[in-house]
Amino acid sequence: MTEAVLPADFSDLEPFAATWCLATEAERYARRMASTMAELEAFYQAGFPRIGEALGYCDKFPLDGLPDDAHHLLQLVHSLIMVAMCVEIWHQPNVIDGADAVLDRVAEPLP
Amino acid sequence: MALYPKPAEGSWTEHFPGVGTGVLSYEDCISPEFYEAEREAIFKRAWLNVGRVEDVPRVGSYFTKEIEVAATSLVVVRDLTGQVRAFHNICRHRGNKLMWNDYPRAETAGSCRAFTCKYHGWRYDLTGKLTFVQQEGEFFDLDKADYGLVPVHCEVWAGFIFINLAESPEPLQVFLGAMVTDLGGYPFDALTERYDFTADIRCNWKIFLDAFQEYYHVPVLHSQEATPAARPKMPGFEAPYYNLDGPHRMVATSGPPRRLWPTDYQYPIEIATRSGLFGPWNEPDLGDDLPGVNPGGIKAWQMSNFQIFPNMEILIWQTGWYMLYRYWPTSHNTHRFEGSLFFPPARTASDRAAQECAVVMFKEFALQDAGMLVGTQQGLESRAVRDDFPLNDQELLVRHFHNSVASWVDDYQRAHPVSVTR
Repeated sequence: MTEAVLPADFSDLEPFAATWCLATEAERYARRMASTMAELEAFYQAGFPRIGEALGYCDKFPLDGLPDDAHHLLQLVHSLIMVAMCVEIWHQPNVIDGADAVLDRVAEPLP
Repeated sequence: MALYPKPAEGSWTEHFPGVGTGVLSYEDCISPEFYEAEREAIFKRAWLNVGRVEDVPRVGSYFTKEIEVAATSLVVVRDLTGQVRAFHNICRHRGNKLMWNDYPRAETAGSCRAFTCKYHGWRYDLTGKLTFVQQEGEFFDLDKADYGLVPVHCEVWAGFIFINLAESPEPLQVFLGAMVTDLGGYPFDALTERYDFTADIRCNWKIFLDAFQEYYHVPVLHSQEATPAARPKMPGFEAPYYNLDGPHRMVATSGPPRRLWPTDYQYPIEIATRSGLFGPWNEPDLGDDLPGVNPGGIKAWQMSNFQIFPNMEILIWQTGWYMLYRYWPTSHNTHRFEGSLFFPPARTASDRAAQECAVVMFKEFALQDAGMLVGTQQGLESRAVRDDFPLNDQELLVRHFHNSVASWVDDYQRAHPVSVTR
């Protein structure tokens, strides 16, 4: 990364931005399924403690008018929610007993 | 020991006359012949939900809906007067599919002043009237009034758009009955922040639907809905209230909101986002009077799950959001699931993250159903066990559903004996 995409207060999360600032659930789910538990846990350990502050930062702006850096930060929170499923619930990237099932989110609000 | 009192008859199942307590057959989920009967008897006769009024927000807004089980495609549109109409999505000239975008078999949506066929340019207004024929003079005594789009019965209840493929169906509200129409005053129109899912699932539509109308399986298949600390304390499931009305049915649950549970009974992400499996913690003010949502008047009401025959579910949470599911058969052993979650519009990033957590957790546990029920289909298709599946009192709605399907098929077959003797 040459240029910061997150607000300055969240520079510690910058190493995860390129991987996890993803616009849609489909992208976040695909990234999760393509990750190892070590990768998911590293992101979770760094990012989970910052969720409250991150949302506090973003809440200073209207949701439909987020500056780019806050927009990226919210995308990162969405990814942390996704990754928390693996770290907190399943202890593996895929859903236990989910077999090869897919459930596509085809419409969602953005960001 | 029962958590909740049972009706005087001793069980919910026996409380409702005619439901019965015998074993169930699942032949209705594995028989290609029965599927063919369902197509005619149910999906070409019952009112089917195909969307919400928010899907056609303005004059000229339209969407198409593929209904494989009825071997047709529909176009649903809001006309100049604001009325929502439905037509078979075919051009009257030579049968081409009228409205499609990139691929003829894919659904599409948009806005238009008129429907124009891609093939020869025939044009229809928003009421289905044929208004333009390319080189009309080349035809032989063609009267455009005879070649409007083929209409399909279309009615709206509580913002839900229903269609019916029968020639002269009973009115929608009569079909829905009092238990369902009592929900008509619920502010569905205030919950417009929406997340849509689809899945093609390799099991019969009724097998998947069954998993969303009984919660006996939840503490087992979905044991991880409870945190490790909570898991040993989770009793089996009991519902405080069930109700049946015609072919429709509902179940309600009670209990404190998940946010009031001990912190180790919630996952950390639920606390961090103030949300989770049971929805966002910040409840919208939808008013005090929400008719119909808790017909049993149960205390500490949590949610009600209305199963609207044949293939629609509306699940309303006390915390101010709802889910809408539809199960569309695509063959005797496959179907397409559609699920939507509706919230009040998010104003802040925190609102949005809370919704995201609820929606992500919904998918996690729905994947367990979707993954496992392929195995149910396979098990049933072995026919190693036939017609001998015992159901308990918490599976009342499963029993009632299969009875209702059988009843509709029987009624149809009695009226049309020739078409079904194969």
